[in-house]
Amino acid sequence: MSPASAHGALESVYRTEARRVLATLIRLLGSFDAAEEALHEAFAAAAEQWPREGVPENPYAWLVSAGRFKIVDRWRQESRLAGVLPELAMLVEPTPEPDMPEHIQDDELRLIFTCCHPALAPDARVALTLREVGGLTTEEIARAYLTPAPTIAQRIVRAKARIRDLAIPYEVPSRTELPARLESALHVIYLIFNEGYAATEGPSLTRGDLCVEAIRLGRLMVDLLDEPEPLGLLALMLLHEARLSARVDAAGDLVLLEDQDRSLWNRGQIAEALALIERARASRRIGSYTLQAAIVGVHAEAPSFHETNWVKIVSLYDALCRVDLSPVTALNRAVALGMCHGHAVGLAAIEAVMAQGELDRYHLAHAARADMQQHLGLTEAAKASYQRALVLARQPAERRLLQARMQRLASGLSNCESARPVY
Amino acid sequence: MQYHCLVYFDPQEVFNDSPESNAVLDEIGPHAAKLKASGQLVMAQPLNLPREAITVRVRDGKMSTTDGPFMETKEILGGLVLIEARDLNEAVRIAAGMPHAKLGAIEIRPVIDFTKPRPKL
Repeated sequence: MSPASAHGALESVYRTEARRVLATLIRLLGSFDAAEEALHEAFAAAAEQWPREGVPENPYAWLVSAGRFKIVDRWRQESRLAGVLPELAMLVEPTPEPDMPEHIQDDELRLIFTCCHPALAPDARVALTLREVGGLTTEEIARAYLTPAPTIAQRIVRAKARIRDLAIPYEVPSRTELPARLESALHVIYLIFNEGYAATEGPSLTRGDLCVEAIRLGRLMVDLLDEPEPLGLLALMLLHEARLSARVDAAGDLVLLEDQDRSLWNRGQIAEALALIERARASRRIGSYTLQAAIVGVHAEAPSFHETNWVKIVSLYDALCRVDLSPVTALNRAVALGMCHGHAVGLAAIEAVMAQGELDRYHLAHAARADMQQHLGLTEAAKASYQRALVLARQPAERRLLQARMQRLASGLSNCESARPVY
Repeated sequence: MQYHCLVYFDPQEVFNDSPESNAVLDEIGPHAAKLKASGQLVMAQPLNLPREAITVRVRDGKMSTTDGPFMETKEILGGLVLIEARDLNEAVRIAAGMPHAKLGAIEIRPVIDFTKPRPKL
């Protein structure tokens, strides 16, 4: 094998296998830091040996063995130097074959549950999952979240210390623990997806790589866990992603659902998502992700905005409000109600939700109110609502959209768009 | 990515000839050799004490010098270690493995990559 082709092979193995090798090494060595060092050593050994000996048949197994051997060997030397009791040295004796998981992905699943453990701070769970499971660098995570790299680095260092101090086990949780642990893991995956799908700040509206990684993690959960909610989450992410290209126009501006060119939607992906929703529904344990996916599914199936089955959407929101009574869900339900029964009903429902006060600083609530007011001819009130929305919106593309709508309001043009939340 | 590890310490605590500090100082050579072998050490350079330093300035075309370091502090810059790491957290892990970290503190500074835009203040 020529050095160039061996180098190319190594690069491609790094891209496809490094994450899985790391996940297995963390289980075998019981430490993030030791595993990371072992991963480095394994690839250094591969860079030296593969050009001579060729790429092994199973690079994953080769790298796991090589990495583990290097670290265990180092531990043995160190314990000998330090004169540690022989029993301790025995602990790090290498077994001839490190045990490989039945499915390579099993170790990645264990790692997700460790990184998303409820004992860790929520923002630390996201950073740790992206770095340890997703293979992103600290600097990439920092850029995606517009946070200084040293802040992200500290979050990761502290989270790892906490995992060590609390001796958080590296395993898929037991049946009794699973619901709470699963909720946290799914939440982290959805946060990653959302940051990719609707960047809260910064010049670019979407960060495709975060979406791709979240969907990969969602698939992993679906493949390895027999639970309905991962199906719902994966369906929800696929449905959003299937329409991503229609959501932003060539100028980088947001296109609302009702103005989107539906021929740009990825029909194959929508069909896959709808089948996942059916599988989740068949379990008869329908949770919030499945309901959210079902709502987006109704939109995705509609041939046009005006032919959307709003009655079905309202009833799905009713069900969603029973499992997850968040103010944003209540707002979306109010908007759907308006689509179903007219703008006056919609405005009253939105006012009722906003009277609770929790959505005061949520720009889309003010934008939705403005939309209803405008349709009812309440121009001055609509203007004030848009102004409030504009004060709160941070994302440049969202701000441009709001400004365009305000201008249209001022010029007295009828509005064919709406500020309804983009589903 | 390359990161410079700036090693700071108080010379009174490091060169006090105690068995503890001498043991740590003895670890530095072998540790650097291991790091070199793994491809993560680009360069390591211990620095002489600040009393050996001289500081140069040029103003209006005139050069002037002062004895000693640019900044007088108890903790001094004692050495530079340039490492290669995948990201900042890997640099932290590598720095934490350096014997120097047990005696002083290591400031990790990412080396500027000129293929990227200049950092903004």
